[in-house]
Amino acid sequence: MIRIIPKLDIKNENLVKGVNLEGLRVLGDPDYFAESYYESGADEIIYHDVVASLYERNIDLSLIEKASKKTFVPLIVGGGITNLSQVEKILKSGADRVFINTAGINNQKFIKKVISQFGASTVVVSIEVVKKKKNYFCRKDFGREETNLELIEWCKKLETMGVVELIVTSIDKDGTGEGFDLDIARQLNKHVKIDYILNGGFSKLEHFTDVLNICKPSGFAIGSALHYSILKHKIGSQKHDGNFEFLKKKTQFNNFKKISINDIKKFLIKKKNIKFRN
Amino acid sequence: MKPTVTIIDYGMGNLFSIKCALDKVGLKSLITKDISKIRNSEAIILPGVGAFPDAIKKLRYLKLDKVIIDLYSRKKIIFGICLGMQLLFEKSYEGKISKGLGILKGKVVKFQTNKNFKKSFNVGWKKIQIIKNQKNKGFLNAKDNYMYFIHSFHVKPGNEQIITSKSSFNGLNFVSSVNEENVYGFQFHPEKSSKSGLNIYKCLKNIIYEKSLQLTKKSRVL
Repeated sequence: MIRIIPKLDIKNENLVKGVNLEGLRVLGDPDYFAESYYESGADEIIYHDVVASLYERNIDLSLIEKASKKTFVPLIVGGGITNLSQVEKILKSGADRVFINTAGINNQKFIKKVISQFGASTVVVSIEVVKKKKNYFCRKDFGREETNLELIEWCKKLETMGVVELIVTSIDKDGTGEGFDLDIARQLNKHVKIDYILNGGFSKLEHFTDVLNICKPSGFAIGSALHYSILKHKIGSQKHDGNFEFLKKKTQFNNFKKISINDIKKFLIKKKNIKFRN
Repeated sequence: MKPTVTIIDYGMGNLFSIKCALDKVGLKSLITKDISKIRNSEAIILPGVGAFPDAIKKLRYLKLDKVIIDLYSRKKIIFGICLGMQLLFEKSYEGKISKGLGILKGKVVKFQTNKNFKKSFNVGWKKIQIIKNQKNKGFLNAKDNYMYFIHSFHVKPGNEQIITSKSSFNGLNFVSSVNEENVYGFQFHPEKSSKSGLNIYKCLKNIIYEKSLQLTKKSRVL
């Protein structure tokens, strides 16, 4: 089984989505989207407070509580996590796992501490990379800050630290709908033994087969494609607090055809004989 | 009075998620560590995430171990989730060997790793195989066969008759749920197992209702 994982980027209580982690547009109430994804078969849900790290502030716990009341699948929460008591509060609010990026790059001991206190399966390390020549380099603070840390070197390090799963985001592909970064897929397949979730670039079903011909991720994280599908469904039908005028215009967003989690699972069963839960 | 289930709060586990799931299926719940409230419960949920030795220590410190064993002897409904199910057994090999509540016969052991199977954590959605010829009172539905697991220890019941389902990890068929009279144990997390999981809490709600109906009938006769 490969998990299909909707990823909700959150800023100030709103679901947002950008392109290359920039130009964040407000799409609406994250709660509403999370519930729709739960109802339509999401295997897990990611909540990412995308400005917490940059502004050095804590995730709004009430958002996690709201999500827990409406979704009954595992919830991975992250963004700006820097200390153990924050992790504890997030878990108590209904999250099952947390993900860490910036604080882990700044201080590797922090990842070890979280693992030893909460167990390895509670921690996912998020890696957001930009391609430079042939290599990928990690970014901190939701893509805002460059580092010299190379993707595979970091993955190997995390593996020795006892990390069991990664979320690897291609910033170059994020929000573009051009497909997953296949070179990342190749590199991970060649060098990384632990589980990884791939994120960034999905819009068409064929994008999955492109990846699966190279490697077998533990999950696919999906943002734009699912969010825009919900919005397209809603345009003209209901009042909505999001700004999605951009979807009506003939722009790059037309890459995104209407797609559901069910469509994705059906396709993967048919094309790749992947088993899913009912 | 509306039937209620008591969620035991001993500092281990994601109680809020369980409460949310119970709310969703319309079963009233109370999160507490208060001995007298727990003692007067018709049904309890013993949750748990973390290490067995810490958990049993905390239960003893709060004097809840005896209360739970007493509930068992008065045939109240006991629902163990994940570590909460493991605690119902006699002993665990997690860390130093420690004694459990001993309500169910058997022990708790670690997943073995070897060359082919390097992972000691079972995390994720796994299939459950329902053990036939078992009355699981509709808790496990053959159609709903994937549940969410997150654990590295599993139970080995002394009495195989209590096994209601098995699942597979590291090439091993381990016990994923048990039932003996009014005691139910689930290694997976029903509150995180989507509709198949919520179905389990619906069944819990039904058996609590049935039991409370029987009780009212009895008291009328008396």
